[in-house]
Amino acid sequence: MWDIPPHSFYAMLVVLVLLLTATACRLILAHVKAEKDFTELRHRIQSWWWMIGILFVCLVVSHTAAIILFAFISFLALKEFFSIVPTRQADRRVLFWAYMAIPVQYYLVSIGWYGLFIVFIPVYVFLLLPMRMVLIGETKGFIHSAGIIHWAVMLTVFCISHIVYLLMLPVLNLDAGRIGLVIFLLFMTQFNDVCQYIWGKLLGRHKIIPKVSPNKTWEGFLGGVLTITLVSGFLGPYLTPLTFRFSLLAGLLISVSGFIGDVVISSIKRDLEIKDSGSLIPGHGGILDRCDSLIFTSPLFFHFLYYMNY
Amino acid sequence: MGRLLKILFFAFIVRPIVVIVLGLNLRGKQNLPQAGPAMIAANHNSHLDTLVLMSLYPLSKIHRVRPVAAADYFLKNRFLSWFAFNCIGIIPINRTGRQRKSELFAGCHQALDQGEILILFPEGSRGNPEELSELKRGIYHIVHDRTDTRVTPVMMHGLGRALPRGEALLVPFNCDVIIGNELPDAETAEQLVNGIKESFLELQKYCITCWQA
Repeated sequence: MWDIPPHSFYAMLVVLVLLLTATACRLILAHVKAEKDFTELRHRIQSWWWMIGILFVCLVVSHTAAIILFAFISFLALKEFFSIVPTRQADRRVLFWAYMAIPVQYYLVSIGWYGLFIVFIPVYVFLLLPMRMVLIGETKGFIHSAGIIHWAVMLTVFCISHIVYLLMLPVLNLDAGRIGLVIFLLFMTQFNDVCQYIWGKLLGRHKIIPKVSPNKTWEGFLGGVLTITLVSGFLGPYLTPLTFRFSLLAGLLISVSGFIGDVVISSIKRDLEIKDSGSLIPGHGGILDRCDSLIFTSPLFFHFLYYMNY
Repeated sequence: MGRLLKILFFAFIVRPIVVIVLGLNLRGKQNLPQAGPAMIAANHNSHLDTLVLMSLYPLSKIHRVRPVAAADYFLKNRFLSWFAFNCIGIIPINRTGRQRKSELFAGCHQALDQGEILILFPEGSRGNPEELSELKRGIYHIVHDRTDTRVTPVMMHGLGRALPRGEALLVPFNCDVIIGNELPDAETAEQLVNGIKESFLELQKYCITCWQA
């Protein structure tokens, strides 16, 4: 079917079955407990259908479609970041150039120019943006502003673009193909969020960082790490070129860094005293709320894989 | 013909810009008046304010939503005034203060009589980006002897960053649009203006792009 490698095809089917199960559970729950309001849950699951639907269609259609999709996600995330953090009115034109980093970065992905892809934002954008700021000449708040703008581009463009660079790597696992890597990374990252949440709900006692995120517990974190490491160990050889042992390591890396990504974005929101970073995705909040873990897991998983296999 | 032009302008230019380049954090959409006569009082930071507010309405109703706009600005040349009347459908108002009140607001009353929804910016002009300036009392003179028209306050934030006064480069930003409850009838102009100001400040608390407050 449409030339999807078999392992990736089955993985996508499993995800769709999981979604169907979630929808069925919600319908049963709404039927059994008719007095409770499940609007939030309904929105959440409906949004999952949309997000996964769009992702799968783009992955199946072509690499170009997937690259455009993630470039657009980077744009939405960067826009959301700039909207919630303090930016100076004087920096409007600098922000415009920061947005311009998106098409360049994703073009570099599309032609597979690894050397420039990896240095374009950390070196060139990093040096060019303050240069543009100097031309405007407003020195009040300069350091603060330069820091915010560069951090925003690193998180939302540089980190997220690693997801689609996985599509440009040579195929080593013929049964999983290129999209196997992307599905593995995205699935493990989101599944990690779910596992940490469920373990925390079941066993959570000891708070891990009460000042940032009062709902995060050691039990939830460790339960998530353990589950994800194990699941990853079995799933890794199926969807990626990694062996069982290195897949365990990849799971550990995704789980720990996913947690860190989550609490870093939480800290940003707490600093700004807001609950959600936007309202783009009904039931989830903004795009940063959804991509928080992914921002950290993508480059770390990518470079782990790259070092091990390429 | 005029209606078709508005629909095309909003469907193919305004909507895509509002949804993709801007992006709204919309709250209280159920408070938006769906039928006239009604009045929306919003804060004013950018030309985008009017377009964003109008884009909240379905395309079939867009021609019923009429922004009240400064004649001296929008009618200053032929192109701009053609655009203001045909693509947006403004009700021009004279800011020089030489006209009698009854004459000044005749256009507004006519539109309200036809059951249209007016958008008015009581700050008068766009002012400094994201700063609330003094509110003008004109709005009271429009609604005070109409029993059929209530005022709905709307607070917007972020559009003054996307396209501030005197700038031509549109920079993408998410914007807050917070729609409040209809205000009760006011006895005096001062009461109405204070009521609007209070609800602006109250609605501002729900803005997530607003860190100075």
